[in-house]
Amino acid sequence: MQTEPIQAKCKQFCRDFFTQLNAVHIDHLERKWIAISIIIITSLVGIIVIDAFFHGVNPPSKVETIDSASLHLSKEFAEENLGVQTDEKGNVVVRMVAGRYSFFPKHIDVPAETPITFRWVSMDVLHGVHIPMTNMSTMIVPGYVAEITTTFPKPGEYPLLCNEYCGMGHNHMWSNISVIEKEHWTSKQNTPVPAAKGGSVNE
Amino acid sequence: MNNAAEKKLALSHLWVAFAAFIVACFMGEYQVLERSGLFPSLESPTVYFASVSTHGVLMAFVLTTFFIMGFGYYIASTSLKQPVWNKPLAWGGFWLALFGVVLAAVPLLSGKASVLYTFYPPIVAHAAFYIGATLLVVGSWVWCAIMLVMFSQWKKANPGQNVPLAMFATAANALLWLWASAGVALEVLFQLIPFSLGWIDTIDPGLAKTLFAWTLHPIVYFWLIPTYTAFYVFVPKQAGGFLFSDEMARLAFVVLVVFALPIGFHHLYMDPEQAKGWKLLHGVGTFVVALPTLVTGFTVIASLEIAGRLRGGKGLFGWIGTLPWTNPMVLAVILALLMLIFGGFGGIVNASYAMNAMIHNTAWVPGHFHLIFAGTTVIMYLAVAYYLWPILVGKPLFSNSMALVQLWTWFIGMSVLTTPWHVLGLLGQPRRISTVVYNNLLTLSWKPYELMMILGGLILLGSACLFIYNLAKTQLTPLVGEFTAEIEYAEPIHAVGVLPEYLNDLKLWNKVIAILMAISFGYPILQFFFMKTFGSSVWGY
Repeated sequence: MQTEPIQAKCKQFCRDFFTQLNAVHIDHLERKWIAISIIIITSLVGIIVIDAFFHGVNPPSKVETIDSASLHLSKEFAEENLGVQTDEKGNVVVRMVAGRYSFFPKHIDVPAETPITFRWVSMDVLHGVHIPMTNMSTMIVPGYVAEITTTFPKPGEYPLLCNEYCGMGHNHMWSNISVIEKEHWTSKQNTPVPAAKGGSVNE
Repeated sequence: MNNAAEKKLALSHLWVAFAAFIVACFMGEYQVLERSGLFPSLESPTVYFASVSTHGVLMAFVLTTFFIMGFGYYIASTSLKQPVWNKPLAWGGFWLALFGVVLAAVPLLSGKASVLYTFYPPIVAHAAFYIGATLLVVGSWVWCAIMLVMFSQWKKANPGQNVPLAMFATAANALLWLWASAGVALEVLFQLIPFSLGWIDTIDPGLAKTLFAWTLHPIVYFWLIPTYTAFYVFVPKQAGGFLFSDEMARLAFVVLVVFALPIGFHHLYMDPEQAKGWKLLHGVGTFVVALPTLVTGFTVIASLEIAGRLRGGKGLFGWIGTLPWTNPMVLAVILALLMLIFGGFGGIVNASYAMNAMIHNTAWVPGHFHLIFAGTTVIMYLAVAYYLWPILVGKPLFSNSMALVQLWTWFIGMSVLTTPWHVLGLLGQPRRISTVVYNNLLTLSWKPYELMMILGGLILLGSACLFIYNLAKTQLTPLVGEFTAEIEYAEPIHAVGVLPEYLNDLKLWNKVIAILMAISFGYPILQFFFMKTFGSSVWGY
């Protein structure tokens, strides 16, 4: 295939484009403002890109599919495997199912200052989950596993709220999460608390 | 020029737009009241979500589409000085779109389409809702076709001449909307309509969200371009000055149209069905599209400064005081820019890839888009209406001072409504909840902000009623004596020389858009056909 004519054509096109653009009247003040705007935008983009590539700051984006209609038959999201577990490498993994109108299990305890990997699945429609004041936020799309790893710096009681419209009971869809000081946390604290629904937040 | 037929066409579109607007304003106030929990007798998720769905559809789809069509027809015929091409077709588009709205309104108002205006499956509405929405979009495609035909006919008849800026922007918007609406059209035609009619058993919500994201960002610019058009082609003249730069305006519109399209994944930052590389790519594009807005801010403020100084303004800021603040268009642009500064700041937060997690789907998001859409964008729709009504109906505006009060109260009401709304988001309140029933102390901190929102909504509702009253009175009051008003376009302060063809035509940009769309949406859509996916069956709500 001959590429030279195409290359030459592209070069010619670019040359014409910029020659013509330079001929367009743009006030010198406006040129300065455009330069400032480009600097602002470039620095914002720069921060984001550097964080993404060098510090691994990314939104939850693991594209992993699952059959939401048969979660109970899947090994990972069967009832007995839900909640907080520590895997063989010592990582804390939380498996949660979202369904109208709750998150299951209703209450979990996790350690503070420890990276925690959440794996969320939906058993019905679209949901979203956010723990206010933290970056534990993800959409839960039926057919997909939403995985997000985060660390909670401060111990305390946090609500866990559904933030995508999922039906008439959307605002009733919530549960609680206790972030416990690292040294007081043991990995077996993953059984649901019986009175979780009325769980007090008083420390 | 006798353009009575064009006036009738524009006026019919604009009345549909503003009728939708006033109905939706009443719904908005009901929603803040219901949500506050102050009136237990009002509380009903069924009514609330039917109302939110209708409010969203009326404001985002009906007000905007009809306003843009009516505005576009009148801009095209007056700036090109020729009649609207194929008026029967234009009326066909109008009636088709209106029929679609009525068809969708039946399930919406009877609670059979409480899926909100984003209609995320697998929750499914009555098929009439999707079919009605499709007809509205098809009606708007008729408008796009007429705009592009008039654009190219004029160019053919006037070789070597620059297309008037107002028409360049309007044609660019038509091109933008054809591209933008393709995503949601694919979703509705191949997924939602067959799904809601039971022709297919399952659909992939991940694919549906991806296709919706294709439309969801550029649609915002489809709504915004008439506002920017008014900034550039009406405001400088109304302020008593000149447009600072015609060329930069064209460049801004080109960058807006090209980069508004391939960036929809900032709506999917928190979604599991797209990978991070694609999200980052769309994220960078999202920041690029901030550039034309920064340029627009500069050009518009510079044009106002020219006007202020021509009117005797001295010193660094003296020109601000000498601007004609009693001209509704000038007042509206100042208020619109103020809201754009704050709304733009919020938008940067939303666009920030990972920081988005803190506010995603919280009350911050509706706070943001009310400020920038219902604030910046709609206040200019209102100002354009005040400007066009006397021209279209051939009678003076019923009350200029009422218009000024209305614009000020719209601005104040929007500030009182959206400031607490943003704060609620930062305090973790999710969007789209009908009441607060979470058993958590955090919710106590939400209360005062919800009360403030009721007040904001009330001010806005009063303001909207003044607007409709003023327009109706203008049209219905019998004319005493003579009245003529013609549309006046702003002149640039520097005469525009021969423009490069790409600032006078859209063909090149259409190709650039095609390439960018193939890059940014090609694989992300194809992946759903390569990987093993599991569809969802139909769910009610």
